[in-house]
Amino acid sequence: MANVIAVLEQRDGTLKRVSHEALTAARTLADAMGGEVHALVIGPSGVSGDGLGDYGADKVFVAADDALALYQPDLYAATAADVVQGGDYGVVILAATAMGKDLAPRVAARLGCTLAADVTAIQYDGGVVVTRPVYAGKAVYTLKLTGVPSVVSLRPNAVTPEQNAKAGAVEATSAAGGAARATTAEVKQPDRAALDVAEASVVVSGGRGLKEAEHFKLIEDLAAAVGGAVGASRAVVDAGWRSHAEQVGQTGKTVSPSLYFAVGISGAIQHLAGIRTAKVIVAINKDPDAPIFKVADYGIVGDLFEIVPRLTEEIKKIKEG
Amino acid sequence: MKIAVCVKRVPDSEARIKIGADKTSIDESGVKFVLNTYDEYAVEEALKLKEAAGSGEVVIVSVGSEAAKETIRTALAMGADRGVLLEADAVGLDPLPVARALAAELKDGGYDLILFGKLASDDYSHAVGVMVAELLELPCASAATKLEIADGKGIAEREIEGGVEVVEFALPAVVTADKGLNEPRYPALRGIMMAKKKPLEVKDAALDAGGVEIVLLTLPAERKKGRIVGEGADAVPALVDALRNEAKVL
Ligand SMILES: Cc1cc2nc3c(=O)[nH]c(=O)nc-3n(C[C@H](O)[C@H](O)[C@H](O)COP(=O)(O)OP(=O)(O)OC[C@H]3O[C@@H](n4cnc5c(N)ncnc54)[C@H](O)[C@@H]3O)c2cc1C
Ligand SMILES: Nc1ncnc2c1ncn2[C@@H]1O[C@H](COP(=O)(O)O)[C@@H](O)[C@H]1O
Repeated sequence: MANVIAVLEQRDGTLKRVSHEALTAARTLADAMGGEVHALVIGPSGVSGDGLGDYGADKVFVAADDALALYQPDLYAATAADVVQGGDYGVVILAATAMGKDLAPRVAARLGCTLAADVTAIQYDGGVVVTRPVYAGKAVYTLKLTGVPSVVSLRPNAVTPEQNAKAGAVEATSAAGGAARATTAEVKQPDRAALDVAEASVVVSGGRGLKEAEHFKLIEDLAAAVGGAVGASRAVVDAGWRSHAEQVGQTGKTVSPSLYFAVGISGAIQHLAGIRTAKVIVAINKDPDAPIFKVADYGIVGDLFEIVPRLTEEIKKIKEG
Repeated sequence: MKIAVCVKRVPDSEARIKIGADKTSIDESGVKFVLNTYDEYAVEEALKLKEAAGSGEVVIVSVGSEAAKETIRTALAMGADRGVLLEADAVGLDPLPVARALAAELKDGGYDLILFGKLASDDYSHAVGVMVAELLELPCASAATKLEIADGKGIAEREIEGGVEVVEFALPAVVTADKGLNEPRYPALRGIMMAKKKPLEVKDAALDAGGVEIVLLTLPAERKKGRIVGEGADAVPALVDALRNEAKVL
């Protein structure tokens, strides 16, 4: 009988949406396996584990210490490995964010166990079975994880958080001692705190069709209207119009939003690699033969400079009314 | 500076992926294999650091089949000094056995720095470098977009959601490279000629089995055929209507 533990992510003491996704996946899995769901919150003193019972946690461990305010890779990994070793766990779930992609292999290596990274689905079928996009999203593996425990990182937005009331009893746990080999000294914030493309549930991306950096204002306005993040093709990142943090695609970020707008983007295979698991893709392009239309759910053929302002306006109307 | 760079042979990003007859691997016929993109950044960084230090050695290590020799030679042609192939018939989907094989090779090598790509574009695990660091109990900064090494210490920057983490550590250390770290050089003809004569040692990787069984490899589900809502700005109301009432995403 094995339980599932979700190692959650907070920023500045506030849990991120991906944490609820991880808990939801853990709950579904534990129900099928006949086990409990435990959660582990690591963060600064005062970080709370309250309310996680709503998302299906039977028990919540909280390791709160000001030394853990920023993501400290060695201390987080040691703390997580201690908690996992102290219980009976079949699966450890993290979100495949910047933190999770770093932390998951550390925990797996410390436990000497299997890792399946960036999975889009996880279920129990006589064993733990995951699906993982590989080859830049051009193929998908279905894998059975035979290691006990196995560590799994879950692609953001792949699972929709669901409420499922459980006890959620909170228990304080100690942060692992020992020296940090590497230290996160600071987190530099960008000038504007922008929503990140990899986590946003709506992404509006612009490409070379915008013609100049200044015209990205159109993309920013549409993103603001839909409450989404701004993304970019590599062509405009290489041209220096946008930062690499916004690049979507094979050498940029993989996104799985519920709604993706590709504006003035041709749809090169390397761009498509990053958006394959988006739920709905909308393409706006003046070229009816642009490859983006082959993957788009909805398309408008025409001049983005006419279409995008109108779209922003219509969406604002809906959101306001 | 003695630097190791771990590299993987992967299908070219332009390659069309076809599923093999066994339904658990790709059909490799006609597929061009290359040095993993992120590993190019790692090789470039190693060469730059060695050049800046004025002396040192850059050693390329790969776990793979005999064919990975060609990948190692690509890195040697860029300017690395020698290569080590840890030969294995097949490299599985569990990153830990690969990390263990690399860690065993690198452990007593006396390296100041061990570099990796942030991920391999075939398996997308984003894991092997970080795991090697854990196994060797070395400091590690993953997905670095900036790296400064001076006086036995390193400072790396890594992009996170909505910010940049600044990570400090002492050498020896492990760093995995992200795009943005540098612009990899192309091997010049002279480099390609010289690479043929550089030492390339072959050892047995002895990979353990790992805890991942491949059930199936499939092409991604075809996206449902979409539709063109219309042309020009006049099509906007129809699009908004479809997004609200049909797709229910607005
Ligand atoms: C190894 C490798 C990795 C790569 N990784 C990535 C990656 O991660 N992400 C990525 O995006 N690319 C990546 N690329 C690059 C990719 O191949 C394309 O070059 C790039 O995506 C093209 O960007 P784009 O669509 O903005 O530009 P273009 O291909 O130039 O397309 C511009 C589009 O805008 C349309 N347009 C022009 N004017 C208007 C207008 N007024 N109204 C409406 N539409 C208009 C055009 O019809 C055209 O379709 C990679 C390439 C390689 C080789
Ligand atoms: N078979 C291998 N041989 C050598 N290095 C590897 C191998 N597999 C992965 N790596 C290294 O680890 C990095 C991350 O790979 P992965 O964890 O597989 O995504 C790669 O960019 C390489 O630097």
